[in-house]
Amino acid sequence: MSEQASVQKETSMVLQKEMIAAHYKALEEAPQTGKKLVYTFVPGNLNELIRCFDNLLPVHPEINALQNAMRKRTGKMVTDAEKLGHSEDVCTYVKADIGMLRSGNIGPAGTKIPDPDLLLLSYTGCFTFMKWFELLREEYNAPVAMLHTPYQGDGMITDSMRAYVVKQLKEEVIPKLEKVSGEKFDIDKLRELMRRSRQAEDDLVAVLESARNRPSPIDAYFGAVYYIGPMFSAFRGLESSVEYYRALRQEVEWRVKQGKGPITPEGELGQERYRLVVEGPPNWTSFRDFWKMFYEEGAVVVASSYAKVGGLYDQGFRHDPDHPLESLADYCFGCYTNLNLPGRVALLTKYVKEYGADGFLINSIKSCNSFSAGQLLILREVEKRTGIAGGFIESDLVDPRYFSGANIKNRLESYLQMVEQKRKGAA
Amino acid sequence: MSLEALIERCQSLYEDVSLKAVRAWKDAHPGAKAIGYMPVYVPREIIHAAGMLPVGLMGSDIEIIRGDAYYQSYICHIPRSTIELAVSGRLDALDGMLFPSICDVIRNLSGMWKLMFPDKYAKYLDLPQNFDAAVGGTFYAGELRALMADLEALGGTPITNERLLASIALYNRNRELVQGLYDLRAEQPWQVPTVELYLLLRAGNVLPVEEHNQILEAYRDELQRVERPQLDNSRIVLTGSFCEQPPLGLIRTIERSGCYIVEDDFVLGSRWIQGAVAEEGDALDNLVQAFLDKTVETASVYIADKPKGAALVSKCRQRQGEGVIFCAASFCDPALLDQPMLAHAVESQGIPFTEFKYSENTGQFQVIKEQTGTFSDSIKLWGHS
Repeated sequence: MSEQASVQKETSMVLQKEMIAAHYKALEEAPQTGKKLVYTFVPGNLNELIRCFDNLLPVHPEINALQNAMRKRTGKMVTDAEKLGHSEDVCTYVKADIGMLRSGNIGPAGTKIPDPDLLLLSYTGCFTFMKWFELLREEYNAPVAMLHTPYQGDGMITDSMRAYVVKQLKEEVIPKLEKVSGEKFDIDKLRELMRRSRQAEDDLVAVLESARNRPSPIDAYFGAVYYIGPMFSAFRGLESSVEYYRALRQEVEWRVKQGKGPITPEGELGQERYRLVVEGPPNWTSFRDFWKMFYEEGAVVVASSYAKVGGLYDQGFRHDPDHPLESLADYCFGCYTNLNLPGRVALLTKYVKEYGADGFLINSIKSCNSFSAGQLLILREVEKRTGIAGGFIESDLVDPRYFSGANIKNRLESYLQMVEQKRKGAA
Repeated sequence: MSLEALIERCQSLYEDVSLKAVRAWKDAHPGAKAIGYMPVYVPREIIHAAGMLPVGLMGSDIEIIRGDAYYQSYICHIPRSTIELAVSGRLDALDGMLFPSICDVIRNLSGMWKLMFPDKYAKYLDLPQNFDAAVGGTFYAGELRALMADLEALGGTPITNERLLASIALYNRNRELVQGLYDLRAEQPWQVPTVELYLLLRAGNVLPVEEHNQILEAYRDELQRVERPQLDNSRIVLTGSFCEQPPLGLIRTIERSGCYIVEDDFVLGSRWIQGAVAEEGDALDNLVQAFLDKTVETASVYIADKPKGAALVSKCRQRQGEGVIFCAASFCDPALLDQPMLAHAVESQGIPFTEFKYSENTGQFQVIKEQTGTFSDSIKLWGHS
């Protein structure tokens, strides 16, 4: 039996697959339908604002890169970009994107993604985003709408920060969206989209917080990658997103009632032996192998920072239709990598405590300084504040050269043995 | 003071990783504070107007004992040496630290500082990427006001408009003197070796601006008394070294390999504002306006309305550069992500280039000497840009 055929899928996963397929189809057909493409990033994405304009469709280069990686296509894309002069030291999402572009811009669905009509540079939580779209601007000669989101350096959002972002939305972003789409901005339409966002956000939070149960009905890292997909990308604010999250929540609540653990690619997890909090993005090139290392040991991730990279909904943020632009600003400020390090440490500590975790693991990503710089201090601080031992592994986003399966497996198993020993010692 | 004595003094300041000069300044000014800042740019005028000493930190090639425990191997070197300096007590003279927005590593270092040194003032200074006066300008003015309020609370000296205007005038003089030396080096690179110019700039990181200005003036005057031999070197524009600095030996190696560096981006904060800040009216507004209108084009700045690399090409033409050396720190995201665009820009203009990476603790220069020497030779033999 092939690996693909043996994979079990929940109903919501099928629904999501259909949504994504339809989206890529719409992108492919944009030249015929006259739709305009807005390339933008996941953290701080302004999906409701883009979707206000019927004529616009969002494209997320990070998602293209990670989906290509899951299909084992990014190795060549990355090396192709390096042959063009891109350093081996920099973000592999960028290089996978450049490599994809230079080989015909064939997206993960196997079809050509048309060129951007606008590059919406929502510069939230990651400096590399700015350079990435400067590079794409050179490649496509496309206009750029720059939205600079100030960092929460002092751990708070000030009126000055909010006013700055709102002004940029009014004077830079919205006029460019209007120009590209040929449509007038309608704030009431934005409010309507935000109302739908709120519904879906409530359901997503219920899903993520279900991991407080024992056993957890979800894996809040590997599984959550699928759960956050529609919310963090092209679908937030759409009816399809509301339906998806309603269905997902029902599935998860059913699993809680049944006392079931998470679904893995090889079926339902048996015994939950370890409850982990994980910091950092996953590796995409060997995603299934990586996940398998966890579920084979009965390790379930009950909370992760990666599931907050596109918004801290579980900490109370909701899009607010009564203050739409201010709410978009606050959304941008609140994305996980826009938090300062004390804020990240506090959040991870909270997760360990609130989700009853007995382990804290960092997957440090070579090419993502936004996440990785400072993680060794985060590790020590979380250990100090929770009393649990932390683990540290290293991999990369989409460069297969930096995934050393045997090494990671060895480290993970050793770490879990240590967690077990500590538990026995405590008992 | 002779030229040699001036450079010797600057070299000793460069090697002074324990900030003895800062401690001496504080001893001479009881109660006064010193504020460190990371590359690239902070408005030093504000720190000065608060009666404090701005201290530029640019890492070091010291032996790293504890700093490596804070960083993975794939992160640049400057944060680990900065942490090393701090945890070993060599930055104890500093009463606070500023971390301007340049990249994710320095940004995150600001939070690390808050966690590691909770009793010290630490601020991330968010420089706007929007250069519209009503948008980015308003935000930046708010950032600067907050900084001023913090420094006033820390030091107890009100930053009046008069004090800030006076500080602006001193730093304008500093910018003018630095620019004058850069211009002179471009005209007569044999007279102004880059190693010397670099040491002069580094001295400005730890000296009060008044004294630094005197040193720059003295060096400029002393230059007129010496006649150095002109060599048949190539004229090179060097770029990519705006944050983590190459070791002195690397700069010397490039020069000795047959390259006259006629433009560079070392210690770029000293030349971030290209020209003078207005010295009358509202001082804070003047600083904001200068930032909006006169910020240098570099990798950490979003360039909205010009093709990437245009400024580098223009600088190359202006300085009659015959080639470009891309000289970036390993794992430096801004420089290395910028590089393909800049390389394309210079290549499209027929300007030859070469590239290599370094770390601030790079110790072997032979390979670089061969590379830059060959590059220089190739320009001499075949260059015609």
